[in-house]
Amino acid sequence: MDLLLEGLKQAFNMFINGDPEIWEITLRTLKVSFTAIFISMMIGIPAGIFLGLSRFPGRRILLVLINIGMGLPPVVAGLWITILLWRSGPLGDLALLFTPTAIILAQVIVSLPIVTGLTSTAFQQLDEKLLLQIKALGATKIQFFIILMKETKLAIFAAIIAGFGRVMAEVGAAMMVGGNIRGETRILTTSIVMEVSKGNFDVALALSFILMGIAFIITFTLTFLQQRKRRI
Amino acid sequence: MKKMILVSLFAIIIVLSASACSNSTKSQPTEKAAAVEKTDLILATTTSTQDSGLLDVLLPKFESEAPYNVKTIAVGTGQALEMGTRGEADVLLVHAPEAEQQIIDSRDAINRQRVMYNDFIIVGPEEDPAQIRGLPVEGAILKIASSDIPFISRGDDSGTHKKELQLWNMAGIEPASVTSYIETGQGMGSTLQIASEKNGYALTDRATFLAQRDNLNGLSIVSEGDNTLLNIYHVMQVNENKHEKINSNGAKAFVEFMTAAETQSIIAEFGQDLYGEALFFSYTE
Repeated sequence: MDLLLEGLKQAFNMFINGDPEIWEITLRTLKVSFTAIFISMMIGIPAGIFLGLSRFPGRRILLVLINIGMGLPPVVAGLWITILLWRSGPLGDLALLFTPTAIILAQVIVSLPIVTGLTSTAFQQLDEKLLLQIKALGATKIQFFIILMKETKLAIFAAIIAGFGRVMAEVGAAMMVGGNIRGETRILTTSIVMEVSKGNFDVALALSFILMGIAFIITFTLTFLQQRKRRI
Repeated sequence: MKKMILVSLFAIIIVLSASACSNSTKSQPTEKAAAVEKTDLILATTTSTQDSGLLDVLLPKFESEAPYNVKTIAVGTGQALEMGTRGEADVLLVHAPEAEQQIIDSRDAINRQRVMYNDFIIVGPEEDPAQIRGLPVEGAILKIASSDIPFISRGDDSGTHKKELQLWNMAGIEPASVTSYIETGQGMGSTLQIASEKNGYALTDRATFLAQRDNLNGLSIVSEGDNTLLNIYHVMQVNENKHEKINSNGAKAFVEFMTAAETQSIIAEFGQDLYGEALFFSYTE
């Protein structure tokens, strides 16, 4: 128990004294995670809408693949990306291994299926009659989508929250493709692993409080946005 | 409509924060680049050099003297050597002389230089239940094997693991046949913590043990000082003639830096203020 209190105290100290390394790691974590979830949203939500509303051959197989992707273990994603990005690998010329971009890539790969899958589920659940009615009332394409987005708002936010949770929690792939390099690819989760292996449990706990604090604030904001009452 | 605005605001904040951060991180290298172009140098090394804090002292000095940005990948020696064999790293700092010889023989790495040494020690519970204190290493291993006290192994093909297997081999015992033999597959720090929790014995390098002793309740040194327990570190550069995209100049500069007299004196002093004794000893050729 002493350790918990000590960790909490240290987390406060780190933040109040503005330990530059902690700030840097925290900022990098935010940057990497936000970029990853933003890319996942930009691709995943339109793809989910398309998969939810349209019917085409091979759609079911695609949905199966996306559902499998939701459970893709991050270390597996990390391993594949590492092999692709090796100097001797097919994408070696890009020199992306051990850069933040590689971490973002890994996080997009693990969060994209979640965002896409949950969005498409929401759109599949829409009542066919509602779709017909909106069209019958003469809605333009944009109006049509605005109404549907409103209908599925709860589910889309749930998709973003779930995807964001995956991104923030991810450590295996970030360790593998990022390499936990000080000042470059060290993020909160990988520093926690490193501090634990160094035996610095107090520092690891302090970092865990920071990580949880950030996750709390962001999830709180997203949930708040999600739960806002509609004003007509 | 309000929530649409909120949503788009949120999206804008995300984009802004992402771009703001990326600017701030990118600005540092460009300032320095005004003088000399910095290039990346990938250093594959063992966990002990990072976990003991030695690299945190040495690398800033190297980076301030030479136009290289060192990317340290701290893994087990086995993986570090594999990265060298594949040409994924530019320079290696490792401690498994026999395995190193193979990568030198295959010409994947060149310019191998001795840098420093410390020693391996066997640590175990203070009360020493297998009673191995004072025994030579082979005898100690035999005693542990015949007792039911757990022996915690790295099991990760690291330099320490290779050394440990060598000791079992010397004692003529197959570790897999020992029921109380536990393989963690993790780094030295985590393995020591498991040894501490399970009241078992473990082979460790002295540097990691000294640096973490405060967190390891009840573990103390039970066997040390044997000649077979010497732990020698070498630095070597990956052969640019055999692999593509190797930062050969940087690797050469790093090898020279590690063997320079000034660096050697830093290594010899490292840890004395914190732990009361040196963690590594200067040992060049």
